[in-house]
Amino acid sequence: MTSMHLENVTVDFPIYNTKSRSLKNQVMSLATGGTIGSNPEGHVVIRGLENVSLSLKEGERLGLIGHNGSGKTTLLRVMSGVYYPSGGSIAINGKCTSLINISLGIDAEATGRENIGIRGALLGFSKRELAARQVEIEEFSELGNFLDMPVRTYSTGMQLRLAFSISTVIQPEILIMDEWLATGDEGFQTKANERLHDLVNKTKILIIASHSKDLLLKNCTRIVWLEHGKVRMDGDAETVANAYFGHQ
Amino acid sequence: MAKAITQKTTAWEDISASVANFRLAALLGWQDVAQRYRRSSVGAFWLTINMGVLIGALGLVFGTIFNTPMSEFLPFICIGLIMWGYFSSLVSEGCGSFISNSDTMLQLPIPFFTYILRTWWRNTIILAHNMVIFPIVLLIFGKFVNINALLVIPGFALVSLNFLWIMIVLAVLCTRYRDLTQIVQNIMQVGMYVTPIMWMPANLPGGARSELMLKLNPLYHLLSVVRDPLLGSTGTPLNWLVSIAMAIVGWTVALLFLNRFRARITYWL
Repeated sequence: MTSMHLENVTVDFPIYNTKSRSLKNQVMSLATGGTIGSNPEGHVVIRGLENVSLSLKEGERLGLIGHNGSGKTTLLRVMSGVYYPSGGSIAINGKCTSLINISLGIDAEATGRENIGIRGALLGFSKRELAARQVEIEEFSELGNFLDMPVRTYSTGMQLRLAFSISTVIQPEILIMDEWLATGDEGFQTKANERLHDLVNKTKILIIASHSKDLLLKNCTRIVWLEHGKVRMDGDAETVANAYFGHQ
Repeated sequence: MAKAITQKTTAWEDISASVANFRLAALLGWQDVAQRYRRSSVGAFWLTINMGVLIGALGLVFGTIFNTPMSEFLPFICIGLIMWGYFSSLVSEGCGSFISNSDTMLQLPIPFFTYILRTWWRNTIILAHNMVIFPIVLLIFGKFVNINALLVIPGFALVSLNFLWIMIVLAVLCTRYRDLTQIVQNIMQVGMYVTPIMWMPANLPGGARSELMLKLNPLYHLLSVVRDPLLGSTGTPLNWLVSIAMAIVGWTVALLFLNRFRARITYWL
């Protein structure tokens, strides 16, 4: 059963400016014996998330809203297993994939086809799985002969098509997105939207951060409103969206 | 990225998952080499050409200074320089293994040792290119390797095992303390002169001090278990013993170290 539990998750970012980040300074401070800074280790800490508790069951579609800096991306990173919380605990049951930056790992000097291999491997595809989907990816991207050309010869739109086509063949149980990925010219955008809807419908748990009310209401059953790293409101999509967008 | 994350990933889980999915590290490492030379006609063999020129020049100069016959000195300096190039880029690129992959690390929960393996594989590919020079040098002097050359296989395995743990420790430390990279590069630069690469152990004046300088240098032992077999001898028992002991102790330390700090690494990026 796919699920995700966060219990009192707290994330503290240590801020190492050049001063405390250098070994020289640590050695020097040993020698001088002074206590500069307020906390025991002598560096500033920024609290990204504070006591966030959430429980997601199979079938839930969670939207995250909040102002810039409210902790949305941090929470997405905790949920995708990148940040291990500095306080509290998290349990993720299910194959989890994040589509935050779909162009990650694209190598401009390599050909489109080679990039399908690299990006596919980064997303956790085995060679065989990828070979089975290769044709599908190539056809979806509509790049034709350009697939044998280095990606640097592509236009921005073509690069996004390639990235999108590779990234969306995944079939995760938990899908994490930062804003809706829609890309390309009008024709491709319709197709991309369809594909994305398909993907979203197939995943068991969806978590999406967005600033768009329409999008959230259309895709989510539940919304969490983050403010200063804390959950300000958690409830059904309509109520929270109205409260948040009304308060703005 | 498939399993349940209910507790911290241990260092052991991280490393075994990375090794199980070595294909990813190999693909990325290969891509690194390919990317650098994609637009040049001889590709990564530019490195080989550079190395060949360096070996020829330094070989002539130091062979003459030490008055050693070229047929003996050139093969010696050839492997010495090639292996040293491998050691020093493993160490210095090892320091940046996490920093240079920060984009990926902040987005995909790929086990961290994968990035260390990527650096190791990339440099091993370059090493393989450079090794082409050695048979050419042998041919020029009409020499051949003997049966001892087979020892290069366990020798290379030991070298790799040792550098992999060193890279783990350095990658973690250098992510936290950014200026450590400079210190490490300094040490490696000094190491090049302390280690018998451009001079032969036989050139040492003898006496307790020379002995100590040689035997206390771990890089000398690691170099010897690869170089000596290729030059027809076996390397001393001490060379092998030190290399094996370092691998065991080093890996124990590196595992404990990675286990302790693994969860913090992404915060330091």
